[in-house]
Amino acid sequence: MIISEQKSKEELLLALDGCERLFLVGCAACATACKSGGEEEVFRMQEWLTSLGREVTGSLIIEEACHIMRAGRDLRQHRLAVEEADLLLVLACGAGIQSVSSSTDKRVIGGLNSLFLGNIRRFGQYEEKCSLCGDCILNETAGICPVTNCAKGLLNGPCGGMEEGRCEADRDKECAWNEIYQRLKKQGRPGVFARTVPPKNWGKVLKPGRHRIKP
Amino acid sequence: MSLLQQQLAAGRFVVTAEIAPPKGIDTAAPLATARALRDVTAVNVTDNQGANMRMAPLAMAVLLLREGIEPILQLTCRDRNRLALQSDLLGAAALGIENLLLLSGDHPRFGDHPGARPVFDLDSVQLLQGVEELMAGRDLSGRPLCGVPRFFPGAAATPEAEPFELMFQKYSKKVAAGARFFQTQAVFDIPRFEIFMEEARPLKAPVLLGVLLLKNARMARFLNANIPGVRVPEPLIARLEVAADPRDEGVAIARELVACARRRCQGVHLMTLGCEERIPEILG
Repeated sequence: MIISEQKSKEELLLALDGCERLFLVGCAACATACKSGGEEEVFRMQEWLTSLGREVTGSLIIEEACHIMRAGRDLRQHRLAVEEADLLLVLACGAGIQSVSSSTDKRVIGGLNSLFLGNIRRFGQYEEKCSLCGDCILNETAGICPVTNCAKGLLNGPCGGMEEGRCEADRDKECAWNEIYQRLKKQGRPGVFARTVPPKNWGKVLKPGRHRIKP
Repeated sequence: MSLLQQQLAAGRFVVTAEIAPPKGIDTAAPLATARALRDVTAVNVTDNQGANMRMAPLAMAVLLLREGIEPILQLTCRDRNRLALQSDLLGAAALGIENLLLLSGDHPRFGDHPGARPVFDLDSVQLLQGVEELMAGRDLSGRPLCGVPRFFPGAAATPEAEPFELMFQKYSKKVAAGARFFQTQAVFDIPRFEIFMEEARPLKAPVLLGVLLLKNARMARFLNANIPGVRVPEPLIARLEVAADPRDEGVAIARELVACARRRCQGVHLMTLGCEERIPEILG
């Protein structure tokens, strides 16, 4: 899931300066789960904007805002309310915001910051486990990703900052390489420690990423 | 062949020390420090140490060469990708620098540019391999070099790190990747260092023990709280606390560590932090 949080009210006010009428867009997928852009947050945003004297011409929760065609179709169904607005305020991740911005010529303001691809520990608590690096090494590292979980993304063991198995960049966190080492030891296999991992091929994730399923 | 390489090959007890390039372009103070390091074989030049931005160590190292002081150029993976690392290495070789200390680098989070994007395109093991490739006349893409550099590449070790076995597998990888010498993080626990040397000795790479001159108990506590991988044991802090002159006690502790190095490894790397005038006592 894409983890996101709302921008500060101060930043939003600056972005909305001079605009009187807004159309609000939320997302029923990740932004709903993160409580940053679901039905409830869109409603609260509407209340806040109204209290500031702005007019909300309408609102829409797209089932998955990252779905480009669906976002366009849903917006067309709200054409009149969208036409009345000076701009669209989108409470979705960066991908969702761009589905919307590519479906309208109106100005689009994103109301969220997208943080990372996250696992859910429990409700409201998210953890980054995968960086989408395009060249997965998990099969050798006991299912723990060093590219993501090591603060430096090192591939050949811990840095010199590891202390008592803790991470240099965050002493509250266990060193990812210590976790990998302990789990491999439990499994009784050398895993990634059996070889020196060569430099990573970052060419596999040239930006912007594109993927098409082969027939 | 660099003096450092010659002396280690000859089995001489080697002493190195370090300076930091200035934040700015006034190099008078670091050059004065380097000149005060008369008794040492080579002087490390740190690379944005602690992720604090300073003048390029390559430029500072060349200034040392001009003074007749042999530099050890430190190079971290934090601020440069594989292209920049290799081109800096070729530049260093063309300017006469041979000794290298190849490091991962401290995380930018605690430096003076915490918003900087950390690079870490290579890690220290891969950088050592890259240096081997350059010395073999190829770059990391296997393309031939016009004029082949000669280096004496070194790496860092953290003898006190736990779990020991995990730390040591990285040490072994560094040896296999071409580390020809090691400088350790500041070590204070002699028995632990002796255990490390028992394991390290068969791998045959010379080790220079990191000796940091403690000035008082407050400094020791600061190191424990803030410097990754440095741990001053409580009994040493207690000695500094009760000493009539904590600086003399710090020198005494450093002397004990140097004595240990003379028995167990091939040299010392001194971190005297502005008290270079006490080096003769520390080595005496």
